[in-house]
Amino acid sequence: MTTAAIPQADAGPLVDRPIVKAHIIAGFSFFFLSLFAGLFYALQLSQLYPFPGVELMSPGRFRMVHTNAIAYGFLLNNFMAALSWIVPRLTGQPVLSRKLSRVIFVAWQLIIGLAMVGIIGGKAQAIEWGETPTFVDPLVVVGAALLVANVATPILRIRARKLYVTLWYFGAMMVWMPLTYVMGNFVPQYFVPGAGGAAVTGLYIHDLVGLTVTPLGWGMMYYFVPVILKKPVWSHTLSLVGFWGLAFFYPLNGVHHFFYSPIPMYAQYGAVMSTIAVEIVVFTVIVNFFVTLRGKGDMLRTSLPIRWFYTGMVMYFITCLQCAFQTTLTFQRLIHFTDWVVAHAHLVMFGVFSFWIIGMVVHLWPKLTGFAWWSERLNHLNYWFSTIGLLVMFLDLTIAGIVQGYLWQNLAPWERSLTASMPFWHLRSIAGLLIISGQLLQAYNMWMTARGHAPASAPAAGEPVAAAG
Amino acid sequence: MEKIATILLAGGLGCFALSIAVEAVLPITHLSRIPYKKLEEIAPEASEDFKDLARRYPAEFKQYYGEASGESFRAALRLGRDMYIAEACWHCHSQFVRPVSNEDARFGKVSYAGEYMNEMFLPHLFGTRRVGPDLIRESGRHANDWHVAHLYDPTIVVPSSVMPRYTWFFDGEVPNKKGMAVITYVQWLGSWATPEVIAREEKANAEAK
Repeated sequence: MTTAAIPQADAGPLVDRPIVKAHIIAGFSFFFLSLFAGLFYALQLSQLYPFPGVELMSPGRFRMVHTNAIAYGFLLNNFMAALSWIVPRLTGQPVLSRKLSRVIFVAWQLIIGLAMVGIIGGKAQAIEWGETPTFVDPLVVVGAALLVANVATPILRIRARKLYVTLWYFGAMMVWMPLTYVMGNFVPQYFVPGAGGAAVTGLYIHDLVGLTVTPLGWGMMYYFVPVILKKPVWSHTLSLVGFWGLAFFYPLNGVHHFFYSPIPMYAQYGAVMSTIAVEIVVFTVIVNFFVTLRGKGDMLRTSLPIRWFYTGMVMYFITCLQCAFQTTLTFQRLIHFTDWVVAHAHLVMFGVFSFWIIGMVVHLWPKLTGFAWWSERLNHLNYWFSTIGLLVMFLDLTIAGIVQGYLWQNLAPWERSLTASMPFWHLRSIAGLLIISGQLLQAYNMWMTARGHAPASAPAAGEPVAAAG
Repeated sequence: MEKIATILLAGGLGCFALSIAVEAVLPITHLSRIPYKKLEEIAPEASEDFKDLARRYPAEFKQYYGEASGESFRAALRLGRDMYIAEACWHCHSQFVRPVSNEDARFGKVSYAGEYMNEMFLPHLFGTRRVGPDLIRESGRHANDWHVAHLYDPTIVVPSSVMPRYTWFFDGEVPNKKGMAVITYVQWLGSWATPEVIAREEKANAEAK
């Protein structure tokens, strides 16, 4: 079996540590904004909304804050931290400019802040996952272009004949992200109405997850997992299959968000086929990572980052397996428009990518602050709170979706689907509270760690490779 | 397969371009055979619901919209759609009826591409979730006064409703300019495919034969 060791440059002076830390802190701030916005929206569905009839606290607007803060505020900020940490190490080159990193950091927070204010103020755009007001869209494009210039430069500078897997994903993402954003936020808004516009929106919804978040996430995994396990990824060939399979099939999936709509059927059939193809490719990636773990399985217990990462991979596998079924037109009749889809979205955005990011933070935070974790116990508590909270929410909403689907199909009065959903919606709010509690513990632990209450020399359980980084 | 140029050009640009060609350009080209219409073409005159608002709230209506003309009707439709977007109504109400799951029995005529080829569906508002019912066949289902009560506090008319209250669409108990616009917009959705319109068209077709 061919393997590729990770090229490790002496990264001490190459990595801009303060900017990594700043992105993580900003990311977690938006995380809490998103979590509470989600909770408020959930309380509305439980008929328990605490601020009824207040325009600037409208649950509909908070729903958009919830999704946009998680995608652009939490995930992208933390991915920028990952890029700033990983790319200089893999290339042996610094980013284009540290000053530019700071400009990007400030600009990005202002852009997301402006987007949040715009959405709350009633200026949202009607593009799912792109509700950033139309006047913010050009700024996002500029911000993305600056980020690409800053991080792509070290990748383009090295003259290596072969790049490490992580850099394939990061490199391709830097092409996909700006194209995806421009396509999704401008084409259906100004140029293509109706069903054609919906086809483009479908591509945008899917490409934002599939071509921006997913390659960043897997790029992170291909870096952090071998570094922490201290062994190379099992099969280089399988990682090639995984990357090229994603690049080819994933972008073709988009229309599966609008099955049975007036979008021409051949586009819908194409989306069914390519979605099922993606799941086969995903299986190769999962196999690769689990075989890599062989002989090191004990680290699921001893290393918390590894446990976060592999739990996320299991969730990813469940997400994708589920997707292969739910993308068929047979399933779509029943589950489309229901909470089943909401459960699916939470499984992938929280259960996979947020888990990976929390795992990364558990791994990096002691290196960034110079102090071991203030409390290992709180880190473990968040793992269990988040995992249990997510699984409860996922199963709860999945079942709710099936109930809603059958009630609609059987032509029960609409109100019947609401009263039937109510217990599920209550339980969802409780699961959400559990997840939020876990993150509060995590944030408190991060704060106490940064204050340096524990001695730096104390070896931390989640940190077997403090020197190799 | 592992060189930077291959990854950026074939993986990044190539695969992305292929997906756009197959899943976007092709269907868009196909659909563009249906002529695109401006709002003036599809809504030349004020709807009965809009005129009804003018009769119900004469002083306020006059202040906001003047006379119930085609022009003021279109202004209300555009503002109503803007409000529908600003409040994210489309996140809980879809705007297309599927040909499955008995949706034609619940909502009405199955959606067709032609009805979306106009200014009011740029951007489209298909939606991906139904907490509340689909609205693309809403026209004529409820009276204006039902909508007024429902927007002010949905649980007045539907006790189990989980829709938020939209009190900022009102001055006191009278809908303000935004409130009247939202009601006008929702009452307009599907006015081209109500059972009455379909029956009339079918009759005309039969006579033509």
